[in-house]
Amino acid sequence: MNQPLFQTAQAVEGVSAIDLYAEYPDFGIDIDREQARLVAHDVIVFQHPLYWYSAPAIMKEWQDLVLEHGFAYGLHGKALQGKIFLNAITTGARPEAYSTEGMNHAELRSLLGPFEKTADLCGMRYLAPFVMFGAGRAREEDRVTVHRNAYDDLLKALVADRFDLDKASKAALLTDVLDDFILKGEAV
Amino acid sequence: MALLSEAFVYLCAAVIAVPIANRLGLGSVLGYLIAGVVIGPVIGIVGSEATDVQHFAEFGVVMMLFLVGLELQPAMLWKMRQQLIGLGGLQVLGTTAVFSGIALAFGLHWQSAVALGMILALSSTAIVLQTLNEKGWLKTQGGQSSFSVLLTQDIAVIPMLAVLPLLAVGHGGGDQGSEGHGEAAAHGGEALAALPGWAQALVILAVIAAIILAGRHLLRPVFRFIAEARLREIFTATALLLVIGIALLMDFVGLSPALGTFLAGVVLSDSDYRHELEADIEPFKGLLLGLFFLTVGAGIDFGLLFGAPLTIFGLAIGLMAVKFCVLFALGALFRLQGADRWLFALGLAQAGEFAFVLFGFASSSGALEQSLLQTMTLVVAISMLLTPALFIFYEKVVAPRAVAKSDREPDTVDKRGRVVVAGMGRFGQIVSRMLLTSGYDVVILDHDPQTIDNLARIGIRTFYGDATRPDLLHGAGLDQADLFIAAIDDREKQTLMVEHVARTYPKVKILARARDRHHIYELENAGAHYAEREVFEGALALGRRAFAELGRHPFRARTKAQEFRKHDLAMLDNLRENYNDGGVDKSYIDAMRAQSDTLFEIMRVDRGDERHERTERGWNPPPKGDATL
Repeated sequence: MNQPLFQTAQAVEGVSAIDLYAEYPDFGIDIDREQARLVAHDVIVFQHPLYWYSAPAIMKEWQDLVLEHGFAYGLHGKALQGKIFLNAITTGARPEAYSTEGMNHAELRSLLGPFEKTADLCGMRYLAPFVMFGAGRAREEDRVTVHRNAYDDLLKALVADRFDLDKASKAALLTDVLDDFILKGEAV
Repeated sequence: MALLSEAFVYLCAAVIAVPIANRLGLGSVLGYLIAGVVIGPVIGIVGSEATDVQHFAEFGVVMMLFLVGLELQPAMLWKMRQQLIGLGGLQVLGTTAVFSGIALAFGLHWQSAVALGMILALSSTAIVLQTLNEKGWLKTQGGQSSFSVLLTQDIAVIPMLAVLPLLAVGHGGGDQGSEGHGEAAAHGGEALAALPGWAQALVILAVIAAIILAGRHLLRPVFRFIAEARLREIFTATALLLVIGIALLMDFVGLSPALGTFLAGVVLSDSDYRHELEADIEPFKGLLLGLFFLTVGAGIDFGLLFGAPLTIFGLAIGLMAVKFCVLFALGALFRLQGADRWLFALGLAQAGEFAFVLFGFASSSGALEQSLLQTMTLVVAISMLLTPALFIFYEKVVAPRAVAKSDREPDTVDKRGRVVVAGMGRFGQIVSRMLLTSGYDVVILDHDPQTIDNLARIGIRTFYGDATRPDLLHGAGLDQADLFIAAIDDREKQTLMVEHVARTYPKVKILARARDRHHIYELENAGAHYAEREVFEGALALGRRAFAELGRHPFRARTKAQEFRKHDLAMLDNLRENYNDGGVDKSYIDAMRAQSDTLFEIMRVDRGDERHERTERGWNPPPKGDATL
């Protein structure tokens, strides 16, 4: 399911879509190159399936190597300050599983706490995660196109600076209904 | 000196006429024919000896049948059986019947009529296959069907050679011309004439069985022994010896030499030396056949042509019209669609080079009259001369119309992606096995018989041959491959081979095994798309293991090996321009030394206490002095 979403992102002007497993099949991440990429962009999106309440291994490796002291955090680490961070994820379980009463006994956003804390420490603004629940059944339930269109809207709004960041950073989730978050008219 | 001066004239004519004919899109066969016409009837340099030369050149046909046999693996024949027997068989029988009927109507003896019908049913393998290949039509349905029919015809020549003597007409003078015929002796070799009929038959059967058995069990070890000697010319000599020996043997027992060599070819088509044999015999066959066409051209009777041009051209066009109609009807019967049916029917409408051979044979065995033969030789030659016009008609008129239509239909071109691996040593084996076990079609070439045998034992099929030879690479199907893996261990040969492939097959991606870093540059300059040093990754792995043995954490050992690889590859990139500009000179050595110093820094880092160098990236804790944390 992340493949079609990745293609959606690739097609949006102003978005650089990076397939980490394709660029670093041996996990030999080029730190300088990745840091230059971060500096060149205003919004960082981690698009990934939710693996054990976290990201696939290479994204953790990427964090461990690229978010260096003196670059991303610390006394002189100001490179990411003011940028926006977002998880665009797919889950196996249905939305009901992610609630205090549900199977996971927690909201999705709180399970993603480590990402939010990382963004905080780097001085980035964390938005509520953009989620497709029950991704394994999305095709047969015909939800793929709707979600891809919403992703497309979301990315375009972020590129055009028409996204209500205040609202999005306070929300619990961003789902396929984004009308409340996308600003009409002039950019803010 | 007479021999040399004759050879000079023939070669000169061929060297001038054939390339020009090729450039004009007429094909090499026509080039030879035209050259023959020029040196014979037009200028008159060659004359009486042309007939003798022709008998000698007919040996080219024997070699051609050997090569046809080599192409025919029994398994492939079995797969094509329906097309061969159905389509090919019906074409030969149908066309023979129609022409025989027409000839009867013209008042010929029934024997002559059948002989003429059979001979005219054949098409020109040389012209048609050449053209289909050049234009890339061989893989289309029309091309495949044409190939099947040509194959059937080539095989049908053998029974025709056997039947023609039986069709002798009383007054033809049955034994007048059989001497001097290198191609095929009539019925009953002199050696067996004394034996009773049943004994002759037994001897003939025994000879055929001997060829098959010897081909299966004796020739392979012989070829391996010769190949291990690594004397290329002796391998060629052995191949020639085989063909000539079989031809003589068949002649001795009174059978067609073509049949014998064809059988030997089929028997050897399964062997690992097939490509090498093909590559060795091919030039001889080409030259002899060329000589044969030259003599046919030289023998054309212009007096006859100008005496009755309308009759001759009318006969030629009538011949092609009849063949076209039979082929077109068969095409419909076998469900060839649109353009494919046209290609099939137009392409095979001429009479072929075998007609000249068979005419000569029919004349000596008395099946056809001399005067009729002269006319028919002209008619056949003219039908061959007209063939390129038909192909041009197909290309310009039929094919463009069919394109618009074929957009809707599923694609009939059965092109398949393939890999060719040259060199099956320690390096090529690993690459090939990775590809083979993943289900890719891989054609593997190697020049070491021992390797070939060992691999055959574990079920990997490898073709014997020197992969640096262009003809062998072509025989391996490089023109249709997607990927070429150059993995031979001889440094210079490897570079030359890559250069040749890059130049000749620009569409093929080339991955190459390199001896060392300089060889990488050489291979890249020769046209390789990617080159990998043969020992680099192995040495890195061992170095990594050494770190671990010295007490380093295995993961740390891996990281260090990765660092080393990264730096080394960067150095490869950085020094490329310097190397290409003057090779290993002083500036290159200086640059290399500077790079090595950097490497020293990178690799030493974790030995001391300087754990926070920028060169030692990743997983570093924040420094103790940062008050913000």
